[in-house]
Amino acid sequence: MVEFFTTTNLGIFLLILGQSLLIVVPLLVALAFLLWGDRKIWAAVQMRKGPNVVGAFGLLQSFADFVKYILKEIVIPAGADRFVFLLAPMMSFVLALTVWAVIPFNDGWVLADLNVAVLFVFAVSSLEVYGVIMGGWASNSKYPFLGALRSAAQMISYEVSIGLIIIGIIISTGSMNFGDIVMAQDGAGIFSWYWLPHFPMVFLFLISALAETNRPPFDLPEAESELVAGYQVEYSSTPFLLFMIGEYVAIVMMCALISTLFFGGWLSPIEALPDGIIWLFIKIVFFFFIFSMVKAITPRYRYDQLMRIGWKVFLPMSLAWVVLVAFFAQYGLFWGAYVRWTVGG
Amino acid sequence: MSVADIAFYIFAITTVASGLFTVVSKNPVHSVLWLIASFLGAAGLFVLLGAEFVAMLLIIVYVGAVAVLFLFVVMMLDVDFAELKAEMAKSVPLAMLIGVVLLMQLGAVLGVWQFADGAESARAAIAPALEDTHNTLALGQILYTDYILLFQLAGLILLVAMIGAIVLTLRHRTNVKRQNVIAQMHRDPAKAMDVIDVKPGQGL
Repeated sequence: MVEFFTTTNLGIFLLILGQSLLIVVPLLVALAFLLWGDRKIWAAVQMRKGPNVVGAFGLLQSFADFVKYILKEIVIPAGADRFVFLLAPMMSFVLALTVWAVIPFNDGWVLADLNVAVLFVFAVSSLEVYGVIMGGWASNSKYPFLGALRSAAQMISYEVSIGLIIIGIIISTGSMNFGDIVMAQDGAGIFSWYWLPHFPMVFLFLISALAETNRPPFDLPEAESELVAGYQVEYSSTPFLLFMIGEYVAIVMMCALISTLFFGGWLSPIEALPDGIIWLFIKIVFFFFIFSMVKAITPRYRYDQLMRIGWKVFLPMSLAWVVLVAFFAQYGLFWGAYVRWTVGG
Repeated sequence: MSVADIAFYIFAITTVASGLFTVVSKNPVHSVLWLIASFLGAAGLFVLLGAEFVAMLLIIVYVGAVAVLFLFVVMMLDVDFAELKAEMAKSVPLAMLIGVVLLMQLGAVLGVWQFADGAESARAAIAPALEDTHNTLALGQILYTDYILLFQLAGLILLVAMIGAIVLTLRHRTNVKRQNVIAQMHRDPAKAMDVIDVKPGQGL
């Protein structure tokens, strides 16, 4: 039986399919409740009740919304490029899920154990821009087109600083594999995680992640009140749902990235407690909570301020940090906190 | 056929077919999108060769940056490509001639390919043994440690080219309204706002 799954073509295919479903299905179910939590937190900060009608405490609200999106009519604008118009949301959705292939959930629990996993995440997230550009262009309308240019510029700008921040982590670990990055943070519980040596970058990464995923205060792609929303203006029904799920999957992905890169992934914060997937889950939910709180308590940025902070503040700071970390690592300063090489060296 | 073979044929067909559609499609935006699909296919082929670092860089650099610029330019410029193509139809014989000559040159070179005696060993001398390293590490070793000077010089040349491009295209326009960030940050709220205590039912 084991041989069937490891040697024959059909077996390998079925094995990978099963593993993928094992990641995607719980992720999407968890997403439904995270979305509900997002709205509840937002409402609580504004002293509203939030969704409370469908199911106990409104818990099934996301599923009701899902059914609503599925059953609505798909409206395609007359002058739209039909193929690209429908391809764009599918691309956003699929790419957002693809990244999860390289995230380790526990020691060895990873679908694709790449040694360039960080680059893979980076490559796929650079592809996500195309969902936005294609959606905006194919709508054949002014507002989505301008919105797409705006969002694409924003996503590309913040990808640069995210990349540089991650390079600091790669230099410290000496590997681009997420499993190695987590294992390099093993040791004395919470104080051996990378948030301590890479302390300033945790905040830079968090803010860049907000901008990269179009969350408030950087949600200019969908600023309904002043900019008539963005690339998704002409979308309705299921295509819009795909855009939205893609966006939220990307947000949860960013939470997972922060947890893995800076907060030790599946490692437990206290040495005595056993490591396990539950810790990763707790960390992801915690960072999602922070994302929700930021959404509730910050006013929206102006577009030129957004670009300015990205290129003139974050980029130089993260670049200087890479140089600094390279020095620390090369000369083994700070009791070797920056050099945790396991391979090569 | 093993899984790797099937993957090879999928990627190879994607690359070639997308390349073909890049040339023949009427809409220039579609051309760029096909070009992106072609890049992705090529990246897949690199992965099958065991060069996963190059594959990821191909996607990040070409698909993530270069093709986005292509797409921006093609979408923003209002060029009538049908007219442009009609113009180009006149020079088809010349283009075909150039194509045939290039093909002949390639055939002449590749058909009688010969290595110098020391070429193989010279190349093997600088490459780390593949058993104890993977290609990211090997590339890093060669680029950043063994040949750091050449790498820095290449970077310097690119920097000069970038500054040159900026200098050539920079225009200072005088009648443009700009945000003065320093002035905005140093505004005194007390001078800019008044807080008025409005009594209920009265208004201002």
